[in-house]
Amino acid sequence: MQAVQKFMMQRKIKKRKRLNRSLGGDIALFILLAIFGIFSAYPLIMTASNAFKPLDELFVFPPTLLPRNITFNNFRDLSELIGNSWIPFSRYFFNTIFITLTGTAGHVLIASMCAYPLAKYKFPGSKIIFMLVVYSLMFAPQVTATPNYIIVSWIGLIDTPFAIILPAIASSLGLYLMKQFMEQVPTELIESAKIDGASEYRIFFQIVMPLVKPAWLTLIILLFQRLWTTDGGAFIFSEEFKPLSFALRQIAQGSIERAGTVAAVAFIMMIVPVVFFIFSQSKIVETFSTSGLK
Amino acid sequence: MQATTKSDFKTRSKMLWKEMKESKHLYVLMAPYLILFLTFTIIPVFMSLGISFTQFNMLEAPRFVGFDNYIKLLLDDEVFIIAIRNTLILAVVTGPVSYLLAFVFAWLINELRPKLRAFMTLVFYAPSISGNAFLIWLLIFSGDVHGYANAFLMQFGFINNPILWLRDPDYMLFVIILVQLWLSLGVSFLAFIAGLQGVDKTLYEAGSIDGIRNRWQELWYITIPSMKPQLLFGAVMQITTSLAIAEVSMQLVGFPSVQYEGHTIVTHLIDYGSIRFDLGYASAIATVLFVIMISANLIVQKFLRRMGE
Repeated sequence: MQAVQKFMMQRKIKKRKRLNRSLGGDIALFILLAIFGIFSAYPLIMTASNAFKPLDELFVFPPTLLPRNITFNNFRDLSELIGNSWIPFSRYFFNTIFITLTGTAGHVLIASMCAYPLAKYKFPGSKIIFMLVVYSLMFAPQVTATPNYIIVSWIGLIDTPFAIILPAIASSLGLYLMKQFMEQVPTELIESAKIDGASEYRIFFQIVMPLVKPAWLTLIILLFQRLWTTDGGAFIFSEEFKPLSFALRQIAQGSIERAGTVAAVAFIMMIVPVVFFIFSQSKIVETFSTSGLK
Repeated sequence: MQATTKSDFKTRSKMLWKEMKESKHLYVLMAPYLILFLTFTIIPVFMSLGISFTQFNMLEAPRFVGFDNYIKLLLDDEVFIIAIRNTLILAVVTGPVSYLLAFVFAWLINELRPKLRAFMTLVFYAPSISGNAFLIWLLIFSGDVHGYANAFLMQFGFINNPILWLRDPDYMLFVIILVQLWLSLGVSFLAFIAGLQGVDKTLYEAGSIDGIRNRWQELWYITIPSMKPQLLFGAVMQITTSLAIAEVSMQLVGFPSVQYEGHTIVTHLIDYGSIRFDLGYASAIATVLFVIMISANLIVQKFLRRMGE
């Protein structure tokens, strides 16, 4: 009897913790969440499962959510197609890895170096620089595509990976998020390091950077997915400098028999950023807690 | 009088110089980024404005033509009018809707237990980082009887003949909007999730004592005011994205699309900039787009800042 009472008490306490919630409302909202969740996930699940379907199963209706006969033929066809091209596949792969790693690492380092003074100091020009960064968030990079092309060709970077890497490093969203996050670093920490005789550079590399690791991950995922899927556009025209995404798209532009290969390609491009996000999600969300525009 | 202002100016510039010298290490730290930012963002904006008054194809020297490009663009380019119309339709629908969806889903997810919350965050965020996985929609909206959408509608007797989703001007914008919304829970969605987790929990208890009775009142009086900075940031992200729709349109309905029904300002820009190499004209398009984006952002910012005050 006492146990029951205790249980009821506990339930009451538990119930009281959730303020202002009605059961009906909860149910309605979670049904809504489930419907849209399926809408959101379904195409991605299809993309993944199509990559493992034999060709005949790709076109059955209703489409099978999970492949009935799992096959790796699509990936085998893909590697065969690529093996037959006159540029070795490893070359495309290397190009994409190079662009992605250099660009992402460069962005994290260089944007953080700029974010630190903006977050922690007031100095001539600090306000206007940050204002320009905020304004640059208000227009899409396509606006500056034409002059960018001209500038890149003036500097002589056309047809090198740096035509893609350098503009990406200057991405302003990363700088903005990093600056907002760095504002949380306690000023006393920086002050005491200064009293101990540390230079600004040492403070930045040894105190500030280790403390803002969650923001690194955010900058990495934002830039990574942009560079990972780049196809070189008009900036890179030599076949040997083209990235993976370009090669994969060429393959995809075949007839309907290529549908399986296309699915394999899409799966490869999708899975890397998604897995990265799965492992770094909590840190990334943490970064965004300071993303607000004041 | 003049002497004093002059010496005043002198001491002030001296002080400024001293301040700048004191922070020279900071400038050194910022230099690499600022050089790149100037080169690839700030200077291009002004260059674009300059080039828009010329005729330029990169082979010959630019020739000054005054407002010719703008006159042609606004008065004589029927395709551009279609592009503007489509861009505005897409922006007016996907902008606010994606903003609301991002907020509503972040809010609903926030009620879940941490593990489930992390899972649902992944489910909603994943499309925006999945590269060109959106091409699966080509299969869903394929115009033959094998397209999932057609097969589904025919199976249940809603239609008798397959719909050419990606070729029929009546449906193209609809498909672009749908796919764009699917892709739209990106950076602002994460910002909202983080913002909601950061709302001071004691405010809810205090609110409950003060007479807040249901989740809607709680949302309106406590949650939204507490996360205004994130809401402002999210607005910038959604507005900019929704006005720059191009990739989805080009990949799904083609470039150029049938009767230009999927054409947007950005695809028009790509057409003249990367294909016809009429850089002066492309720059005029870019400048118009720049003005539209900045003013849309500033107007909405002003409006949102006033909300709830």
